[in-house]
Amino acid sequence: MTLLELDNIVVEFPTRRGPLEAVKGLSLELNEGQILGLVGESGAGKSITGAAITGLIEPPGLIRSGQVRLRGQRIDNLAPEKMRRIRGKEIGAIFQDPLTSLNPVYTVGEQLIDTMRVHLGLDHKAARKRAIDWLAEVGIPAPEARLDQYPHQFSGGMRQRVVIALALCAEPKLIIADEPTTALDVSVQAQILALLKRLCRENGTAVILVTHDMGVIAETADRVAVMYAGRLVEIGDVAQVIQDPLHPYTKGLMNSIPQIGNRDARLTQIEGAMPGLRNPAPGCAFAPRCPQAIDTCRTLRPIPVDAGSGQVACHLFGEAQ
Amino acid sequence: MFAFLLRRIVQAALVMLVVASIAFLMFRFLGDPISNLLPEDATVEERADLREKIGLNDPFVVQYGRFITNAAQGDFGQSYRNNRPVSDLLAERFPATAELVLVAASLALALGIPLGIYTALNPRGWISQGLQVVSLLGISVPTFVTGILLILLFSVTLGWLPSFGRGEVVDLGGWTTGFLTLSGLKALILPSIMLALFQMTLIMRLVRAEMLEVLRADYIKFARARGMPNRMLHFKYALKNTLIPVMTIFGLQLGGLIAFAIITETVFQWPGMGFLFIQAVNFSDVPVMAAYLVLVSFLFVVINTIVDLLYHVVDPRLRVEKSTARGV
Repeated sequence: MTLLELDNIVVEFPTRRGPLEAVKGLSLELNEGQILGLVGESGAGKSITGAAITGLIEPPGLIRSGQVRLRGQRIDNLAPEKMRRIRGKEIGAIFQDPLTSLNPVYTVGEQLIDTMRVHLGLDHKAARKRAIDWLAEVGIPAPEARLDQYPHQFSGGMRQRVVIALALCAEPKLIIADEPTTALDVSVQAQILALLKRLCRENGTAVILVTHDMGVIAETADRVAVMYAGRLVEIGDVAQVIQDPLHPYTKGLMNSIPQIGNRDARLTQIEGAMPGLRNPAPGCAFAPRCPQAIDTCRTLRPIPVDAGSGQVACHLFGEAQ
Repeated sequence: MFAFLLRRIVQAALVMLVVASIAFLMFRFLGDPISNLLPEDATVEERADLREKIGLNDPFVVQYGRFITNAAQGDFGQSYRNNRPVSDLLAERFPATAELVLVAASLALALGIPLGIYTALNPRGWISQGLQVVSLLGISVPTFVTGILLILLFSVTLGWLPSFGRGEVVDLGGWTTGFLTLSGLKALILPSIMLALFQMTLIMRLVRAEMLEVLRADYIKFARARGMPNRMLHFKYALKNTLIPVMTIFGLQLGGLIAFAIITETVFQWPGMGFLFIQAVNFSDVPVMAAYLVLVSFLFVVINTIVDLLYHVVDPRLRVEKSTARGV
């Protein structure tokens, strides 16, 4: 069942030199319980897309056009108070840095209890009991004692577990996880991802996993959406996109992952840099860096067409061929 | 906690010793006390007798030791001007200054914090912009100017409030208070406004800046993403973090209030310690000056120690770890 639909979302930041489009017409669908990896370089618009879904784009940024629908209901135009009730309760969020995501002057228990009381209408005692259960659930030893401790008394990995508990405690149907493991030790990353995946599978929670780490995607996601310069270039099942990428940009991304045990191979990289958001060229944004670019690419913007297990926006596919 | 307290007390004692030394040096460099103590026509013998009697001929170290020993017991000798014990004079004047500072500090906090929060939460509103401009005036206009303007408006033009003195006071076993009479309360209004104005604007601007900073913090963003209501976000999650630095500055400023009371007390002829000090300066009444210096420093040290202790109450990161963070 479709849980979330993004319908041609345009996110714009007004600046002194005119508006800047960070997301330029993005459409996606996410089913219940599905884990979608959202990948791309820095500045591709991944995090902004996440913020657009939760309605937390920093002003003066705004959703210029398009719709965000949760179970068919539009949520991008809700009054702030209505949207607040959806945040945490329907759509949770996990941010990059567990060290700064927790309020330093309140115990982790208090933060969990507050969150559950706000959304679930529990009394203090019941909320406290559930908070202990949640800490146990995310694998924190001695949860009853840990509940009354402050964030600084936890290690980085433990804090990210607490953050996951906080994001999940009001039982949202969707979690936006924005680079949830980037700030963590490599040895802890896999544990946190496994935990997130297990909890979401158990509770039927869908996840949008924003990352630039293909390894994380391969481990965790069901589907992958690749973004480039504010647009979706390819979306498909994780196995297909990783084994057999269609878009030249996705191919470039896959080739730039180092292969273990292949010391002699030179690491390929995509030449050039992503174009700035200002003064976009008329054609495909990737054309200047694309090894397979044809003349059409520089003049006509490709629209997404069905290909592989999903869609791809490239002139090498679809009716142009 | 005990070790911390002990360390702070030792530090405080050292600071007080240094201050007492400076106070002692004043005696040696601010003229000859004998000429102040005796009439101008005193003979050379009389002068020499007195010099011997009050111990000015003793070696430096003996005099220093005596001064410190006496000061530690609250004995600063006789005032040259009034020929009364300095400790009595200060004890008489202390309630006036204490009440003035108390009212001014409460006023500064009670208005400064809410206004700071308001301007931080509505940074673009015209009320906030107006408050910012007014607060700039409050910070930059010298306090004696505001004091004189207050007198001009409320005492001279409107005739509502007295321009000098404490009004009627009630003696409560050595502590004279102006809180219990109408004229005492009316007399408090203008001086405490003058004294509070600078502190209030400072606190307001500080709270605003800290709050804006805290509202950008990741833990506030995360709390917002969890759908916490604004009321809880602002007044619970953000405010406590905001108040930690505000507390430090206010602790320092409270000492400053006592010191700045000198100017307010002079403008309003307020019979407090600061006014006493100014009179003492005019008369080179060194024992009073020395005692005032030591007392104000003592209050500074006490307030700062209390603020440090309060940190531990507000900020859990400073508390002694009962259990250390374990690995993943």
